[in-house]
Formats: sequence, C-alpha cells, structure tokens
Amino acid sequence: MGRVRGVVTASMTTPDTKRVEHEDSHELVETTPAELGPLYRQMLAIRRLEEASAKAYSQGKIGGFLHLIIGQEAVCVGAVAAIEQKDYVVATYREHGHAYAKGVSARAIMAELYGKKTGVVKGLGGSMHIFDKATNFLGGYGIVGGHVPIAAGAAFASKYRGDGAVTLCFFGEGASTIGGFAEGLALAALWKLPVVLICENNQYSMGTPVYRSLAVEDVSLRALAHGMPRDRFDGDDVVKVKRRIAEAVERARTTGEPTLVEVITYRFRGHSMSDPGLYRTKDEVEEWKRRDPLNRCRQRLLDVGMPEAELTAMEEDVKAEIEDAVKFAEESPPADEYMKYVVKE
Amino acid sequence: MAVISYREALNQAMREEMDRDPNVFVMGEEVGHYNGAYKVTQGLLQRFSERRIVDAPIAEMGFAGIGVGAAMVGLRPIIEFMTFNFSLVAIDQIVNNAAKIFQMSGGQYNIPIVFRGPSGPAVQVGSQHSQALESYYAHVPGLKVVMPSTALDAKGLLKSAIRDENPVVFMEGETLYNTTWEVPEPTGGADDLIPIGVADIKREGKDITLIAWSKMVWTCLDAAKVLAEEGIECEVVDPRTLRPLDVPTLVESVKKTGRCVIVEIGWPVAGFGAEVAYQMQRHCMDSLDAPIERVTSDDVPMPYAKNLEDEVQPQVKDVVAAVRRALYLE
Ligand SMILES: Cc1ncc(C[n+]2csc(CCOP(=O)(O)OP(=O)(O)O)c2C)c(N)n1
Ligand SMILES: [Mg+2]
Repeated sequence: MGRVRGVVTASMTTPDTKRVEHEDSHELVETTPAELGPLYRQMLAIRRLEEASAKAYSQGKIGGFLHLIIGQEAVCVGAVAAIEQKDYVVATYREHGHAYAKGVSARAIMAELYGKKTGVVKGLGGSMHIFDKATNFLGGYGIVGGHVPIAAGAAFASKYRGDGAVTLCFFGEGASTIGGFAEGLALAALWKLPVVLICENNQYSMGTPVYRSLAVEDVSLRALAHGMPRDRFDGDDVVKVKRRIAEAVERARTTGEPTLVEVITYRFRGHSMSDPGLYRTKDEVEEWKRRDPLNRCRQRLLDVGMPEAELTAMEEDVKAEIEDAVKFAEESPPADEYMKYVVKE
Repeated sequence: MAVISYREALNQAMREEMDRDPNVFVMGEEVGHYNGAYKVTQGLLQRFSERRIVDAPIAEMGFAGIGVGAAMVGLRPIIEFMTFNFSLVAIDQIVNNAAKIFQMSGGQYNIPIVFRGPSGPAVQVGSQHSQALESYYAHVPGLKVVMPSTALDAKGLLKSAIRDENPVVFMEGETLYNTTWEVPEPTGGADDLIPIGVADIKREGKDITLIAWSKMVWTCLDAAKVLAEEGIECEVVDPRTLRPLDVPTLVESVKKTGRCVIVEIGWPVAGFGAEVAYQMQRHCMDSLDAPIERVTSDDVPMPYAKNLEDEVQPQVKDVVAAVRRALYLE
C-alpha cells in the first residue's frame, strides 16, 4: 500500500455541511435463507430482549440507566457476523445487542440487568457494563469515547502476538468529538492496528442532532487525515452491513490496517428510558420506523425463499428464549459478592 | 420565603447572576435545547439565547479549556459537566490550567470560572457513573470546592461562586435535586449570597459533633433524629465548602461536644474526611473524650445491584453505630 490510502468506495461522499441524506438503501445484496435466517433470528432476539427489559424497567425490576438499541439491530448483528469467535468486541453503554450477537446468552444479560448473582458480571456492572471473557466481549463502557483506545489496545496486543485477531469497536457519532476517539484513531492509524472502528451514527447524541454537534457531518472523513481507509453506508440491511464490515475485517486481518466505518442508523426509542425524546418529531420517528431493519430483514427472508412456517417457528423459538431469560432473571438469587473483585489475589 | 427545590435554587442563581452580569455564560452538554440532562438549566436558553447558553458536543476537555481561555480574558464561564464523572476527561484543564494559571502568570491572570454539575453516587448506574470525586479536587491548591446540601445553600453559594475571582469546583448532589428548603426572595443585596468558606450548623446538639457535607448531611440529620429518641443530642455541622475549610467553626463544635464523627460518601483512603480528622485532633486534642470516628463508603468501585449499592454507602444505621462507638455505648 502506498502513502495515501484513503479507500474510495461506492458510498464515499463529499463533506456535508447540511444534514446528510441517506443513500438509497434498497439495492439488494445477494443472500440465502441459510445466511439470512440466523441473522434475522439474532436481530429479533435482540429486539425482544430490549422490549422485555423496557417492560421490566417500567416495573422497577431494572434500575439506573437503560439504553435500548431498538432500530439499530442490523448494525451489531451484521458487523459481528463478519468476525470470528477469537476476535474482540468493545462497545458502549448501548451494548446488549452487541453482547448477544457475540454470543452472550439472553439469560446472562437479563440477569445482569436485574442485578442478580447469575448476571454476566454477577450484578456488579448492570446494563452499561457487560463483559464476557468466554466470547471475547471486552466490555460495555459508560464514559463516551474512553473505550476507543482500549479497542486499539486489544488490537495492539493482537499485532504484538501475531494472533490474527481483529477488534471491532462500536461507538456513536456523538463520541467523535471527544479526545478518546481522536487519540485512539490516531494511534490505530499510526501503528496500523487491526481494529475496525464502527461509528453507529444514529443521528442523535442524547438530545443533540448531528447538525448541532459536528461541523462536518460525515464522521468517516476523519480517517482521511490519518491516511486510514474508511467506509460509510446505510445500516438498514443486515447483509450489507455484514459484507461491508467483512471487507474492513479482511483488510485488518491480512494487512493490519484499521478502517473507520460509519453506519447510518436510527434509534426508535429515547436516549435512555428516562428520555421522552421530545427533540424530534413523530413524523421523523415514524418515517424511520417504516424502514425498520427488522421488518425489512423478515421480508427479505421470505423473498429469498424461507417458508413462512419455518419463519414462524423461528419466531416462536425466540419468544420462548426471551421468556425463559426473564424467568431465569426473576428467579435468580440476588447479587452478593461486591468486596471480592477489587484486586486480584 | 418560598419553598423551592435544590434544582430550582441553582437555576435561580444562574438566572439572577446572568441578569446581573453580561459576561456570565453557561456552556455544557444538553444545557440549552434539552434544558439540561438534570433540568438545572431549564428555561435559560429561552431567556438568554444561544449566545449565552451554549450547547457543546461531547468534548469535556475541549469546553473546559474554552472556559479557562475565555475566563483569562474577561468572561465568567459556568461550565456544566453532565455529571462530575465526566470531569475526569477534563481534569487536565481543571488541575493544570484553571488552578495554576494565576500563580504561573505571577498573579496577572486570574480565572473566574465555575465548573459545576451533579456529583456523588447516583442510583444503580454502576461504577463509572457513581462515585464521589470531591477529594480529588479538594487536594488542589488554586481551586475552591463547594458542596451544598440544601436548596438555600445551593443558591447562595452558586451566586458567590459565579462572582468569585477564582476557579470554583461546584459539586451538586446528584440525588439532592428534588430536595426542598425555604429560600428567601432575592433582595439584590449582599444577603443573597452565602460566602464560600463558611460552615453551617444544620442541627444543634451537645453530646457529639457529626461533620458531613452534601447528601451525607441528610443522612446525619436522619441519624440525629434516631439518636435523639435515645436522648443523644447530635450537633450536625456542614462545612459547605471543602476548600477553603472553615476549621474554626468545626473546632468550636467539637470542643463543645468532645466527640466527633466524620461522615463522607467517598472512599476511605485519602478521603477528605481524613484531612478533617487531622484538623480536629490537631486543634481539639485536649477536649476529645473519644477517638474521632469516620464513616465512609466501602473501599470498592460501586456495584450495580441495588442491595449491594445500599450496603456500600454510609446509611443511617452506620452513622448511629459510629456515634454509639464514640460514646462508648457498645
Ligand atoms: C465523557 C462523557 N460525557 C458525557 C456522557 C453522557 N452521555 C452518555 S451517552 C451520551 C450521548 C452519546 O451519543 P452517541 O455517541 O451518539 O451514542 P448514542 O447514545 O447515540 O448511541 C452522553 C452525552 C458520558 N457518558 N461520557
Ligand atoms: Mg448517537
């Protein structure tokens, strides 16, 4: 690779100073029921898991902050489908879906939200801090941007050891203004660390729309100053997400080159359960819901030939899985070992 | 006299000071259009426009630094941290710049800035969002550290902080915003202000002194009620400002009662209560009838689960137990 390596993709856009319009997301990416079925199942399970946690939250069974990813499921599911078990994932406080996609069970997630001993981090972390060594899920982090250098660090270790693993780092567009992001990006580019930095641009940072938080709304452009490859596309189609992230993963795995990928998406709910989302119009939300990536995925599955009966059976199965997770969380014993993990003996 | 909330008191203080001085402005995340993540800046954007109520993106280091630079050349910024947990991202600006520039510049540039926002453990938000950081800032010469416990104190102290010529770290209690207190109508005179560096006796008593700030004042007042039923009269003293600390008022109380319990919601090691304990033994040695007791949170990052979270933090029962120890009742 030469000195200037900005990768030009079909979706490469010029700097925007106005609100970004989406590219047309209705071009079809080829797939089969065998590929799409499991992706749909994961997206649906995440949707149901989030809905169940919202319900438990309103019943006072889950406390603190609860940030739901409803509407954005295609991003974490598609991206994680492009990596292997040995690869790492680092995420934010909006990470239940990423954890589930990486292989953390609905039971372990739900029990954590309930603050139970059987939770994935024993009730010590809660919604924002899922960690799971078994699936190489390196955490959900609550301080915006602080985890980007951590992801670069995991990638540094992979390069150091030559283990061929790639790290996916997820963050919001709101994180792109903070130092942790800027410094993580700079170091990943300088040292060619095998990390894929995935900006889930859901167009809002809490109540702030992108046009009030970014001078240039295209986050992926930041890669250019570092000679880093970039990509930017619409995140409605899970297969497309998978394909595009796979390109970046392949590049990281074979050349060590990091990529900054921006995926345009939308969260249907408020920032967290306590946010009524008054800063956007009903019409805007409805417009996005019409393009719900989950419905789209279901329709596509039928189009590529999955029998309706098989689909319904899958949906019943997901329903049972989430009901079981809630029951498990309800019936689990309370958390109890808070003094044990301050320092390792 | 109106009974208002702690949140409303802070809002009034900013509103009144902004009316009074056009150089005062507010900058922080979600302070304008969203009316504040904790609604402390509610309505200020409408009143003062985007020029003076500035919504910043997530860039704490950047906007804390912008505040310092603006203060150097004559503005009086109020920098809101959505919570003080995020001030850690900006601590270089606060400690290495805001606190030091006056001395570094040989007294030429003072920094009249307020860094404010909710602080202290919150409810079930986990270790990164739930911690008491006052000891970090109280350590630093060049800063003032203010921690009001009531709406009355919040209003008068925030007005003083905004008028202060120095950087003031103004740490609000994240779980105190809905608490209420009687607050007089503003007169426009000096009595609207509560001076920085003056402690307040929140309850008088003769048997033992409880020293606490911010939320722990409320815990101590509750403990004092429980103990009063047994005939033990606690004096609850609220320093209100950790730096500068009103040592004479605390000393006077401890000399009177001869016993002292210091209650803080932070961690025990190098917590600010240790400094208070040092000052009290240094000045009250001959009057003390028992060793000074400290009550703190447990020495762990905050767990998420509610049952554990309650256990970690000082509760009324812990304060009562410490008082009983200091009175040799157990
Ligand atoms: C350093 C820091 N500042 C502020 C916050 C409070 N906060 C939490 S999430 C958030 C918005 C983040 O928006 P974005 O990065 O777009 O992610 P999204 O929530 O949209 O997924 C803010 C301001 C924080 N957690 N950390
Ligand atoms: Mg966002």
